[in-house]
Amino acid sequence: MHADPKGVLTGVHFLDGDHACCEGTLAAGARFAAGYPITPSTEVVERFAWRIPTVGGIFIQMEDELAASIAIQGAVWGGAKAFTVTSGPGFSLMMEHIGYAAITETPCVFVNVQRGGPSTGLPTLPAQADMMQAKWGSHGDYSIIALCPNSPQECFDLTVTGFNLAEEFRVPVMMMLDECVGHMTEKVIIPESDQIAITPRRFTHESPEEFRLFKPKEDLVPDMVKAGDGYRFHVTGLTHDERGYPSMNVETQDRLVRRMQDKLKPFSNGRALFEAVDLDDAEVVVVSYGITSRVAQRATQMARAQGVRAGIFRIISAWPFPEQHIRDLAGRVKAFVVPELNLGQMVHEVERHTAGRAKVISVPHAGGSVHKPEVILKAILEAAR
Amino acid sequence: MSEAMLDTPLDPALDPTLDPMNNATNPVEPFLRMDRMPHIWCPGCGIGTTVNCFARALESSKLDLNKVAIVSGIGCTGRVAGYANLDSFHTTHGRAIPFATGLKLSNPELQVVVYSGDGDLFAIGGNHFIHAARRNMDIKVICVNNLTYAMTGGQTGPATPTEVISATSPYGVFEPSFNLVQLAEAAGASYVARWTTYHVKQLARSMEEVLHKKGFCFIEVLSPCPTLYQRRNKMGDGLDAMKFYKEVSKVRNGASTGECALTKSGEIVVGKFVDRDRPDYMELLNRQMTATLGERYATPEVTCSEG
Repeated sequence: MHADPKGVLTGVHFLDGDHACCEGTLAAGARFAAGYPITPSTEVVERFAWRIPTVGGIFIQMEDELAASIAIQGAVWGGAKAFTVTSGPGFSLMMEHIGYAAITETPCVFVNVQRGGPSTGLPTLPAQADMMQAKWGSHGDYSIIALCPNSPQECFDLTVTGFNLAEEFRVPVMMMLDECVGHMTEKVIIPESDQIAITPRRFTHESPEEFRLFKPKEDLVPDMVKAGDGYRFHVTGLTHDERGYPSMNVETQDRLVRRMQDKLKPFSNGRALFEAVDLDDAEVVVVSYGITSRVAQRATQMARAQGVRAGIFRIISAWPFPEQHIRDLAGRVKAFVVPELNLGQMVHEVERHTAGRAKVISVPHAGGSVHKPEVILKAILEAAR
Repeated sequence: MSEAMLDTPLDPALDPTLDPMNNATNPVEPFLRMDRMPHIWCPGCGIGTTVNCFARALESSKLDLNKVAIVSGIGCTGRVAGYANLDSFHTTHGRAIPFATGLKLSNPELQVVVYSGDGDLFAIGGNHFIHAARRNMDIKVICVNNLTYAMTGGQTGPATPTEVISATSPYGVFEPSFNLVQLAEAAGASYVARWTTYHVKQLARSMEEVLHKKGFCFIEVLSPCPTLYQRRNKMGDGLDAMKFYKEVSKVRNGASTGECALTKSGEIVVGKFVDRDRPDYMELLNRQMTATLGERYATPEVTCSEG
């Protein structure tokens, strides 16, 4: 299935990451957005509010992020593709409904343009310190997908991908931008609509009599319905059986929670999204994502100029973590260098999957700006020694 | 609603369906998920009575039930959605209204009913309530007000009257409580009524009325919680609650909502207080966009298609 041309602004544009992300939502088929203003993310829904009346859809500014993050799920069960947008403090409020989307298997997209924290922190300045929150922020065991664009072009492309993955796996997808990527302006090419692949909603073909709302298909993901079609279905945040009925017992809990985790296994084993640069001969690999990967690029060029064989493994899908790729690399490189705009988050995942087979060097930064390339270079040179 | 329906006799000799030995189906069964019975509510609880009224209102409304959705929050009343034979959503605590907002806007042909309790709708969900009323969102909110957080063991809520003893107010409630009907009117609701579970005919009629009324509609239903509210306050059982409601309720349709505050044992003013026509959210949206964008405005088509 291809994109509905009504939402696709085909052409060559000069857009910032937030606006490109908005164009991605429209190209992906999102016709419902709910939001609450928060810097540095608001431009995404400002553009949506400007664009959607001529495309045909709804933007509603809700009373807070709790409301925005559940209104989109009401819209999804009404049949829409829907998303919300926020930053740190709002992302914290949305945790409740990330859990609800996970347990009700509601396909939807949460855009988080990361800023410095904790709390109100640095509203206008970058950080990448919500990476663990994206994975673990809501209570209980559950799995999500998180994507990290590093340019406005990728903000467009990956937003379309994010919606497609949400539909395929029926999970909430986190678009983990950072303030720099959200606010940098670059060339963005939006293709013709027939060049944009869209994953349709997995609407069931079964009759209301035979359909079971949470009966998994072969890929462990159940098919879906929307309200108003005569299925008389029940959705609950309680642990539920295949009918969707609450069921308070150990067996149902075990089956449901394990399936929600297992359905995403293909993503950590083979379908992970990443970019590999100069890895063939690399002795030191810089593992980075988002804006930091662009600083890492400069640092590895400087390292190569000094005779150190440095390469880049750029994480694009951060969750599920691309563990297989790190394991494979760990067996043949000397060290990983992990710069991030936090005091060490994804580096723990790198360490875990390296399992002692290579050095892992964290290059932390408390946020508010990006690393200097020299700081990453220094770590690369140390690692190569 | 037809009077004949409201006057369903409660005597098994006159109505064989009320005889427990009779296998004939109860008239409200088609509106319930009978495979989920028995329900979790305590003996003497009023929630089931409100559900009975709702089922009868659905029947007499003649609405296509495939196009009616019910959304609940968390708590004893939050369980209503799970028992209704409709598209039903048991959401998070306090968030039934914003969920319903998204559902209604994405699929406007649905009649969306929010069915939840006083704590859910007015404490944790209070902000959502006033904003949905302000927007005149076209949803129908039924609040079963048992004056306490029952599911968690009978704690003080935003509607608990002063002097009441609760699990978290062992020496008596001293905080002022909300007057829910006044709050609803002030926030902009198109329709505001209050009944008790003693007033089953009036309640069912109000419910039917809101199923045909555009805009944000609110019905408060006072409902007994013998297990956790009445027991602590020495107010007897479910039957005593009915006697109490009968004794202290005064039907005053059109009463000023400011004069309808509740106290622990004083008068309960019931009736329809507000019934006004304001343009709802979608009407205002369409009006504004058409005025500004003219033919460039594309009427929202929000649902996505299959492959």
